[in-house]
Amino acid sequence: MDKTANPIVLEAKGITKRFPGVLANDKVDLLLYEGEILALLGENGAGKSTLMNMLYGLYHPDEGEIWIKGERVELKNPRDAIDRGVGMVHQHFQLVPVMSVAENVMLGSEITRGGGILALSEAERRVRELSERYGLEVDPAAIVEDLPVGAQQRVEIIKALYRNADILILDEPTAVLTPQEANELFRIMRELTARGVSIIFITHKLKEVLAVADHIGVLRQGRLVGIAKPETSTEASLAEMMVGRNVILTVEKDEAHPTEPVLRVENLMVKDDRDHFAVKGVSMAVRAGEIVGIAGVQGNGQRELVEALTGLRPADSGHVWLENTDITDFSPRKITELGVAHIPEDREKHGLVMSYSLADNMVLSNYYRPPFAKHYVIDRDVINEQGERLVKEYDVRTPSAQTPAGNLSGGNKQKVIVAREFSRPTKLLIAAQPTRGIDVGSIEFIHNQIVAQRDRGVAVLVVSAELDEVLGLADRVAVMFDGHIVATLDAADATRERVGLLMAGSVEEAVG
Amino acid sequence: MTSTTVTTAEKPSSRISGRTILIALLVAIGIAIVYYYIVDPTATTSVLAGTIRQATPLILGALCGLIGERSGIINIGIEGQMLMAAFVAFMVNVALGPIMPLGLALFLGVVSGILVGALMGGFLAWMSVTLKLDQIIGGTVINILALGLTSYFYVIGLTTRGKLPTFALGPLADIPLIGPVLFNRSPIQYLAIILVFVVQFALFRTVWGLRTRSVGEHPSAADTVGISVKMTRYMNVIIAGCFAGLAGAYLTLESVGTFERGMTNGRGFIALAVMIFGRWTPLGSWGAALLFGFATALKTQLDFMGLNVPPQLTGSMPYILTIVVLAGFAGRARPPAAVGQPYESE
Ligand SMILES: Nc1ncnc2c1ncn2[C@@H]1O[C@H](COP(=O)(O)OP(=O)(O)OP(=O)(O)O)[C@@H](O)[C@H]1O
Ligand SMILES: [Mg+2]
Repeated sequence: MDKTANPIVLEAKGITKRFPGVLANDKVDLLLYEGEILALLGENGAGKSTLMNMLYGLYHPDEGEIWIKGERVELKNPRDAIDRGVGMVHQHFQLVPVMSVAENVMLGSEITRGGGILALSEAERRVRELSERYGLEVDPAAIVEDLPVGAQQRVEIIKALYRNADILILDEPTAVLTPQEANELFRIMRELTARGVSIIFITHKLKEVLAVADHIGVLRQGRLVGIAKPETSTEASLAEMMVGRNVILTVEKDEAHPTEPVLRVENLMVKDDRDHFAVKGVSMAVRAGEIVGIAGVQGNGQRELVEALTGLRPADSGHVWLENTDITDFSPRKITELGVAHIPEDREKHGLVMSYSLADNMVLSNYYRPPFAKHYVIDRDVINEQGERLVKEYDVRTPSAQTPAGNLSGGNKQKVIVAREFSRPTKLLIAAQPTRGIDVGSIEFIHNQIVAQRDRGVAVLVVSAELDEVLGLADRVAVMFDGHIVATLDAADATRERVGLLMAGSVEEAVG
Repeated sequence: MTSTTVTTAEKPSSRISGRTILIALLVAIGIAIVYYYIVDPTATTSVLAGTIRQATPLILGALCGLIGERSGIINIGIEGQMLMAAFVAFMVNVALGPIMPLGLALFLGVVSGILVGALMGGFLAWMSVTLKLDQIIGGTVINILALGLTSYFYVIGLTTRGKLPTFALGPLADIPLIGPVLFNRSPIQYLAIILVFVVQFALFRTVWGLRTRSVGEHPSAADTVGISVKMTRYMNVIIAGCFAGLAGAYLTLESVGTFERGMTNGRGFIALAVMIFGRWTPLGSWGAALLFGFATALKTQLDFMGLNVPPQLTGSMPYILTIVVLAGFAGRARPPAAVGQPYESE
């Protein structure tokens, strides 16, 4: 099925966009055909989100033209884009957490009973109608913050459809989804294209691109370096196009040589935000020199477990030992000082101070100690020096180490956290979703760094929703289901199928 | 429509118990009122009427605060807005009194008070939205400015040409207890009560309210659906200023009948406590304002009855209440998520 015969609905011609010190887009040309899925690939900071924000009227190109449905357009704000049928689901959801689904959907294009009075039930009916027509299951009266991410994403899509979008931009929609939710999203995307909607789809997961795209555009350092067809591409060829060199997509590591246990967890019980038990009696150990991976569908207690281990959440009962110290309910600072490094799941909330410079962010855990501070006075020079060094070492794409962290692209933010956590002596590394939203080149880099830590004798605990990541990295795989560790397997026994079954909660089948 | 159905931030479990507590509280208050009315009808009526009177500037101030904060702008300049409006309303009335009918002079006084409030709201919006100045500093600027200007231009010995009178609402005013308390009031007191319901409805049932709340909770979400965050904030802070202005005019033209230095006496700040206690909802704030009003009215009544209570103690009741409320409830109530943060679109 060749869709190039279809008319062009959107065209970018020679788009250039500069930020202070950064050429984010450099004369980019892009074509989107009606009813097709155009996948957009590129390293972190390649300029994908920037380009999409311009097509949605949030940013304004410095040079170049945008054509929509055969007409040259000047998109001054999102309103202009919405009026021309462009809808966008942002990398970070743009939903008001305390409002209902229907309120969020109609916001800005409200249905009224006249006189500015909202017709809420009418809006709920519209949402229900859209959700039935496109198979986007969601309760219009639910409060958004109570919904799982997958459902929030469906709300975002309904939001676009409600505004009659026929050009839909999805910026990394699968980064926060479980594999099941992602498959559901692909079904919805196919349903939409069958009805004539055209989609631009950004992702870092090459498998997904090959599975759903009609065309593949690749950006590198702001430039469009090629258009590929999935039929004639492989993961390796796409990775090379993105990064400009050969990328090793599997983790390369030698056998582990574990020694003494560093982390021991005994019967740990932890409650979630709603006061229900999320971790229901977990016991486990991680030894120096090994990587233990926790596999599991998101929401089975992994987040609460990690938060309890790092002091961010009180344990209800049970103990956490770091070597011979009982660190249960120690403060995060104390735990950090004892040599625990943490790559948090939510980098925006727990990882970085967005308004601080990169250099400052890189000393968040030890700014108050020598060499960064002497007698309560901070030594700027040392901090800046270390910032510049780490930016180079970890290949963070930024104009300088003085740039505020908030200006970086998603993947580069993650690299800053990794740089900070790996740059000081550690005994235990806890990494939650360490490569979420990261490009293949950087995944390779971060994985190598994690393995290097292991080989240096650090005990490593990796929690990831990506089964491939856990299987690739871990020397032992623990599977978490419903607040319990239901099985711990040696890497050799941890086949995809077996771990998959355990993740779904069927212990007997997996063992038998 | 009760305040509990609209505080969407709450989880279902607390919603149920919150409502039960509210109903129990209202019933208890009702019983207490009836009991005291039987014991001492005059004192009870006068305390309750005093409650409504004292609550009026507080609820107007709280509405000013919450309209701003719901859109993301903290306003600690309510005190200054009220004071300035009180002064201007008073001076306009004094100046126009001799040359036009009394009613018209009063009306124009009130209108000019409202306009001054709006103007100062515009000033606050300019400082916090356009200049992105720290909003606490912006509010402080307004307070200092108002205190300075009104003290400087103040002339001793002036009085208004009459005050806004009370008027009875026909037969409703003849109902025992309820009549004199609720239906024999002066215009701004009636208006304040009506405005509580108007703002409550507008905030949760209209396009304006939906957009306002979205801008205060998640400005970039509003931005991405084409709502101008800056415009919304400007508009809200200016509208909010009208409420503070009305409160100021109430003080000089309806309550006291003259202007005194610093006559707002911290009411603008108490109004903020009222807003927080009321969880940023108009109905909730009204309840809180009545509570504070009651504390003040009770003090007046106790002083009047010459009981053996030291006046220092009774006089400090509203302020003690403020401290208790802020210490006890401020932590638990959830303000609009983006309050106090300037918004940067690119
Ligand atoms: N508002 C901004 N101010 C300054 N620089 C910015 C801003 N937004 C993006 N940049 C810079 O522009 C470049 C492109 O960023 P962009 O967010 O488009 O990358 P991306 O391809 O979406 O990356 P990722 O895959 O990590 O999301 C980056 O170097 C980034 O630091
Ligand atoms: Mg991006």
